[in-house]
Amino acid sequence: MPESIPSLSQFLDELSAIEREAAPEIAAARSADALEAVRVRYVGRKSGRLSPLSGMVARMSATDRPAAGQAFNAAHTRVQEQLAAHAARIQAAATSSAPAVDLTMPGRAVWRGARHPVTIVIDEIADIFRELGFTIALGPEAESEWYNFTALNFPPDHPALDMHDTLYLDGGALLRTHTSPVQIRTLQRYPPPVRVLVPGNVYRRDVFDASHAPMFAQIEGLAVDEGVSFVDLKATLTHFARRFFGSATTRFRPSFFPFTEPSAEMDVECQICRGSGCATCKMVGWVEILGCGMVHPSVLESAGLDAERYTGWAFGMGPGRVAQQRYNIPILRELYDGDVRVLGALGQ
Amino acid sequence: MNASVEWLSAFVESGLSPRALRDLITERAATVDAIEPVRIDLANIVVGRVVAAVRHPDSDHLWLTRVDAGGADPVDVVCGASNVTVGTAYPFAPVGTTMPNGITIERRKIRGQVSNGMLCSARELGLGDEHEGILPITTDAASGTPLLDALPIGDTRLVVDVLPNRPDLLSHIGIAREIAAATGRPLREPSIPTSGENRAIADVPAPAGVETTGTTDGVRVTVDDATDCPAYLGVVVRGVRVGASPPWLVARLAAVGVRSISNVVDVTNYMLHGYGQPMHAFDLARLGGSGAAVHVRRAAAGERLTTLDGVDRTLDPSMVVIADATRAQGVAGVIGGQGTEVSGETTDLFLEIASFDPRRVRATRRTLGISTDASFRFERLVPPTSPADSYATVVRLLAAVAGGRVVAPPVLVSASGPRSGARARLVLRSKRVAQVLGVPVPASESARLLATIGFTVTARGDDLDVAAPTWRTDIAAEIDLVEEVARLRGYATFPNELRPYRLGTVPDDPLVSRAARLRELLVGRGFVEVRPMPFVPHSNSDGTSVRVTNPLADTESYLRFDLLSSLARRAEFNLTRMEGDLRLFEVGTAFRARSDRPGRPVEDVRVAALCMGARRPPHFTDPSPPAWDEWDAKALAEAVAAVARPGSSIALQPVGTDGELWRIRADDVDVGRVIRVVLDAPPWAAPAYGVEVVLEETDVADVAPPGHHASATAAAAPTRDPVPQYRRPPSFPAVRVDLTLLVPAAVTSGSVEGVLRQANEPILEGIDLLSQFYGDNVPAGHRSVTWRLTFRHPERTLREKEVEARRDKLLRALETDLAVRQRTS
Repeated sequence: MPESIPSLSQFLDELSAIEREAAPEIAAARSADALEAVRVRYVGRKSGRLSPLSGMVARMSATDRPAAGQAFNAAHTRVQEQLAAHAARIQAAATSSAPAVDLTMPGRAVWRGARHPVTIVIDEIADIFRELGFTIALGPEAESEWYNFTALNFPPDHPALDMHDTLYLDGGALLRTHTSPVQIRTLQRYPPPVRVLVPGNVYRRDVFDASHAPMFAQIEGLAVDEGVSFVDLKATLTHFARRFFGSATTRFRPSFFPFTEPSAEMDVECQICRGSGCATCKMVGWVEILGCGMVHPSVLESAGLDAERYTGWAFGMGPGRVAQQRYNIPILRELYDGDVRVLGALGQ
Repeated sequence: MNASVEWLSAFVESGLSPRALRDLITERAATVDAIEPVRIDLANIVVGRVVAAVRHPDSDHLWLTRVDAGGADPVDVVCGASNVTVGTAYPFAPVGTTMPNGITIERRKIRGQVSNGMLCSARELGLGDEHEGILPITTDAASGTPLLDALPIGDTRLVVDVLPNRPDLLSHIGIAREIAAATGRPLREPSIPTSGENRAIADVPAPAGVETTGTTDGVRVTVDDATDCPAYLGVVVRGVRVGASPPWLVARLAAVGVRSISNVVDVTNYMLHGYGQPMHAFDLARLGGSGAAVHVRRAAAGERLTTLDGVDRTLDPSMVVIADATRAQGVAGVIGGQGTEVSGETTDLFLEIASFDPRRVRATRRTLGISTDASFRFERLVPPTSPADSYATVVRLLAAVAGGRVVAPPVLVSASGPRSGARARLVLRSKRVAQVLGVPVPASESARLLATIGFTVTARGDDLDVAAPTWRTDIAAEIDLVEEVARLRGYATFPNELRPYRLGTVPDDPLVSRAARLRELLVGRGFVEVRPMPFVPHSNSDGTSVRVTNPLADTESYLRFDLLSSLARRAEFNLTRMEGDLRLFEVGTAFRARSDRPGRPVEDVRVAALCMGARRPPHFTDPSPPAWDEWDAKALAEAVAAVARPGSSIALQPVGTDGELWRIRADDVDVGRVIRVVLDAPPWAAPAYGVEVVLEETDVADVAPPGHHASATAAAAPTRDPVPQYRRPPSFPAVRVDLTLLVPAAVTSGSVEGVLRQANEPILEGIDLLSQFYGDNVPAGHRSVTWRLTFRHPERTLREKEVEARRDKLLRALETDLAVRQRTS
């Protein structure tokens, strides 16, 4: 049979057909032997399916020959590369008995830390008041009788002191029973306008129980300037409650603190029952959040300010109590025992 | 303060429901914490309707009834009442109800027939003496409705949280005044029902005022000190018949939680809860009879008295007593004595109606450790005008319920006269009201509001001349009137309007952001923040601990002097809960005494971290991760100190004794330490390491003298923490050279690095210790340590030769200074 001269297009079609058939056979090979058989079948020197095509190149016309040769070499190389890559895979699989990677296995973790729930609450409160122009002031925890009581208009030996059962220190100082001494320190140091937030630890001579601890955190705010009024107090604290609790409705009811007048307690509508009364709010529909009031003129005078010219408002709240409510912690002590199983889960 | 809704209604007929009263009182005066039905013992009784009744087959007086009690089907009930009528509603006690007498209703068979509950008589419910039949009730309420909801049964108690400034609200008349003012209904004197042979009396003799001593009906009353006792009204009531109180009086007291004792004692308790005036009735015969002497004086040192609670108490001269001619018979304002207690044999009373010094009553009851309803009111101030104001009422009550008579004018001992409590006149400026409250309130409105609660108001232009009523002992200044206007107007009436404000002058305390950065650092490294109690049981070794004068427990006798001891206790707490992989931290305060300033401890804000156990959670690639060691602690300390002492150069100075590993120095000042933490730990626990750094000593000095502002001498505002400064990253490549050195045992790596740095090579950028090796090829008394030196020129690429030259120079310096050579083998 006389050998005809193949056309280039015919040649290229055949070349790519062989290459297409080779790929799945290579991939299907499960062992080195099987792969060798595939190798011989396609690129074996004598009987490989590509070898007749190399003879074909030699018989092609001079014009087609370079292109055909190039195409043949490229295809040959590609098949060889596939064979080599799959050989490596087979080799790798052979050396490990497990499947290549079990992606269902766990990732490599690191320990997770946690801010204290009380810190989280303080930080959130501070963020809201910072938007309203408040800065943060701090003060000592061991205080004098004057800063803690006298300057804040506590009458000596008065029942108002019953709410401030005090721990005294040898030498005459005491552990502050509230953060309010920082009101006096700030008002003495800086001229109005004053807008400060004061977080800190305070102390009471209370035995640990479900809602009391001898030391707990408090955060208080103070705004003093000319023209500051009860309207500013209500508006600012209501805005705060909305930001902090979501769409909370507030209620202000009369209260008493020696260092504010008028004094009030702010309640927010119970978030559990939406005001209809439940166990959380003791059937009242409201949850007490903070105490507040207009700064008593005698407090301003304690700091050497003209109480006729300046007015102010102040509030104080317990972030521990807020945390207790928010995280549904039945016993206050859980906040202070430092149990990593509790705090680690809350502080994420 | 427990307030009875019915008692309040006797003073003012408001027509308001208990809930409406709660809201009114809470919004205007004092918070009502709870509403409690006084007959809470009837909570499970429901309305039951008899739908069928037939005779019991085995009894001639029992009925078999079917009762609709609100359930799906009527229940079978056996009833013994002759008046049971089909179609009528009765109080029904379902199975499981505990009756007022304590018996629980059970499902049981009565002569062979099952009974599922009980139809009740009035007596069984404590609603009257009627027990001849069951109690028919007229109600539209559905069957099964709680009886308390269906019928106006029993009283309702309001639990009012009265704050210390409002002693006038510690009485029904005081709360009723607020209700009357809010509703516009008149305040009235409750009528006094008489019972038995007792008669109401119209007129009582007016008291005779004296300054220090006087006589009534043969009894001489003397008050030593008008400060201790500003008003003492003594009255003799003759011919009383001590016995049980009438039901209305028992009910009044029961409604506020007070047990009935006898008609005479009950009347004094009625006056306390009704009018806020504590009183004490002495048995006149036991006080010395006619001719007795009542002496209000200080107790003698060591004087003894057995008080009404049966306790033998030792008194001291800080206390005021009521004494007869020979001995103390009562502690003024706190508690009476057993020796003169009213009993069944008592016929004549000496009744004490007084006002005592609040501070002395408070001090006395604290010293004695007892608090009574009387002391609670006296220490909040019973106005000196109150005895004369309440005297007539109590005399009428005693006549009505115990038949007593006053035959001689009482004596009122009061140094400043019976009206000594009249209040000072105050001026309320409308301008001031608007300034404080933020909205203008017309003078006429303020005047009207104040008048509703008994203030006497005279308008003078935009200002008001105001006199407070005698019972408002808290009103002392204009601002008190502003508060009255605000609360009477209603806090809710003030707008929630955010108004413009000026920014403050106070800079942020830099510690706040520093503490936040520390928390961020440590939380990021897996540490859990704790807030432990800062009390410790012992002083520290150098005796500078601050002692708590009045600790609650011996274990809390001192303030802590460091934070790590607190963290150690928290670690132990977790270890007992089998948690051994611990990373705890705290930003908190430590205290120490300073000998040159005894009144004021030094306190500083610190950060501390404690770590123990696995460095990371186990993973299948690393099932037993290594535990934290001192090198972790050292690096942690460097990182923490860099944040805690911003801008300072931090160095860790080796110590290596007593568990202390390093002192932390910032700019050559000692600011902290790294220690091995000693724990009371189980054997499986890993070693614990602690890092503690002082952020700053708190400024505890007084800012300015009392009443003064420091503006003239104000200290400079706190500066911001320094921040790192930008440095352009190098644009030419570094050349790294590893030096493996033979280091004699006596030479520390620190000194090697010191020599390298001292060479002051400008192109030597970094010195990193890579490895340490002891072993076969290392000569005895030496170790092999490899450092990696990084050389870089800021402006060009380094040539190999020049790097080699530097390296050789450094090696020569090491050889010369430390006898450290390069390892060749």
